[in-house]
Amino acid sequence: MTFGLGVSAIGQGLLWATLGLGLFLTFRILDFPDMTVEGTFPMGAATCVAAINHGINPFWATLLAIGVGMLCGLTTGLLYTKGKIPILLAGILVMTAAYSVNLRIMGRSNLTLLNKPTLLKLSIFANAPMYFDSVFLGFTVIVILTLVLIYFLQTELGQAFIATGDNENMARSLGIKTDNMKIMGLMVSNGVIGLGGALVAQNDGYADVNMGIGIIVIALASIIIGEVAFGELTMNQRLVAVTLGSILYRFVLLIVLRLGFNTNDLQLFSSVVLALCMMLPVFRKVVDVRHIWKRGISTND
Amino acid sequence: MTKPILELRHVVTKVNRNTPEELTLLKDLNLTINEGDFITVLGSNGAGKSTLFNTIAGSMPLTSGDILLRGESIVRESEETRTRFLSRVFQDPKLGTAPRMTVAENLLLATRRGERRGLLPRHLKRHMPEFKQLTSGMGNGLGERLNTPTGNLSGGQRQALSFLMATLKKPDILFLDEHTAALDPKTSRELMQTTNDRITAENLTCLMITHHLDDALKYGNRLIVINDGKITFDVSGEDKKKLTQEDLYGFFGEIE
Repeated sequence: MTFGLGVSAIGQGLLWATLGLGLFLTFRILDFPDMTVEGTFPMGAATCVAAINHGINPFWATLLAIGVGMLCGLTTGLLYTKGKIPILLAGILVMTAAYSVNLRIMGRSNLTLLNKPTLLKLSIFANAPMYFDSVFLGFTVIVILTLVLIYFLQTELGQAFIATGDNENMARSLGIKTDNMKIMGLMVSNGVIGLGGALVAQNDGYADVNMGIGIIVIALASIIIGEVAFGELTMNQRLVAVTLGSILYRFVLLIVLRLGFNTNDLQLFSSVVLALCMMLPVFRKVVDVRHIWKRGISTND
Repeated sequence: MTKPILELRHVVTKVNRNTPEELTLLKDLNLTINEGDFITVLGSNGAGKSTLFNTIAGSMPLTSGDILLRGESIVRESEETRTRFLSRVFQDPKLGTAPRMTVAENLLLATRRGERRGLLPRHLKRHMPEFKQLTSGMGNGLGERLNTPTGNLSGGQRQALSFLMATLKKPDILFLDEHTAALDPKTSRELMQTTNDRITAENLTCLMITHHLDDALKYGNRLIVINDGKITFDVSGEDKKKLTQEDLYGFFGEIE
């Protein structure tokens, strides 16, 4: 494995970690799967790329992508809490609708950033060696995002948000407006995922209407690989573990590609990796290594 | 002691309205609760005890009638707003605490019951000494487990914590919905004693649903029996003290 590819994997891992952090808020804290992300991610990318193509500064274009992501989250949140549509279906509805919206935003299925300014071409990153630009940008974004999330979760509002996902009944009996907490969670989560879409599109140099397919699996993979790799952690450590999980996941993909598989196989691999990680507790029970180990060193009595 | 704090006037609660399964759970129920009342509530399953709590708390909509808190109607207020003056402890230990949050974090949430929660830091450390003292007073080891997620506590510890959370910020009215029913006899007795001590010490206004006739007679200054959506028996003060189990069976044959 060459050095360059390793650096590239770290850069990709950092940029894609935004996805894991966004999904963490709904999947782990609110404790439900939000399919909206499959529509939000390409919408963030499409919005950002279209805006840059219209001559908007990449910084504002990225912020716009966050705003659009939050709107997607708001829509899902309203369908779920006020419309009483099950969360899985609410997410799928918004995700499906987003496909058409994304085509409208871009005007076609694929839009390039060739010869256009991006955040990676900012002077502070542009002088970096090959692939290091994405590492620097990703690192900056992830550090800020993680610190903001850590602060937020330790505020009174953040605690009410956590309580909503932990025990809705109790939260309500303490006067927490749980519907509002869920809508807020979906908005922040999808805003972060819109940001992820904008960053990945700027790194790849284009936005594609199909770039959202399988995104939820990739985001879950970084959350779950982080959990499997680092075990019992506090909330703050878990947020950092998501980023490390995302980087680890990129290395797994790199190895897979080096084994001779091509990029078309990656969706299959992502799903297999995630499925294996999620089944790990079951395997641990069936093949109890520690039990066998104990048997091996105990005396026969 | 005789100032009314909560009044229920001709309260009717129906479920499954306008369907063939329509049921009237509370039927023109009237009740005046005075400040400082500790009322034990008896009634067979399905009599409407929990419905009464849910209707006052706002988790079930009222069909007709009025509920007044210190003379002001509260029926238009949401369930969340009503928590400003009302707190509850549920029968199921799982319902009252957030399992992945620690004991201290749960208590901290309860300090702001019914209040706005903003983007200010939570200041957990600042509250720790107070929480330590409070939980140590429960005498069940809760004081040593402030940093334990509540999911790892025993049922008794969780109910004790739920009770502490409900009374941490003094409520105008406290609802206890068979809060000791899921516990073993010894733990149940201890929690009931702590409950009584705290209610007396803080002069709380409390409604307690129970199926233990002993507890209903032993605790509180007033006893009501709910039957088929109405209050069929209401006794307080000296009359309640004279009451015996045999008397209760007369009003309320179907219990136990």
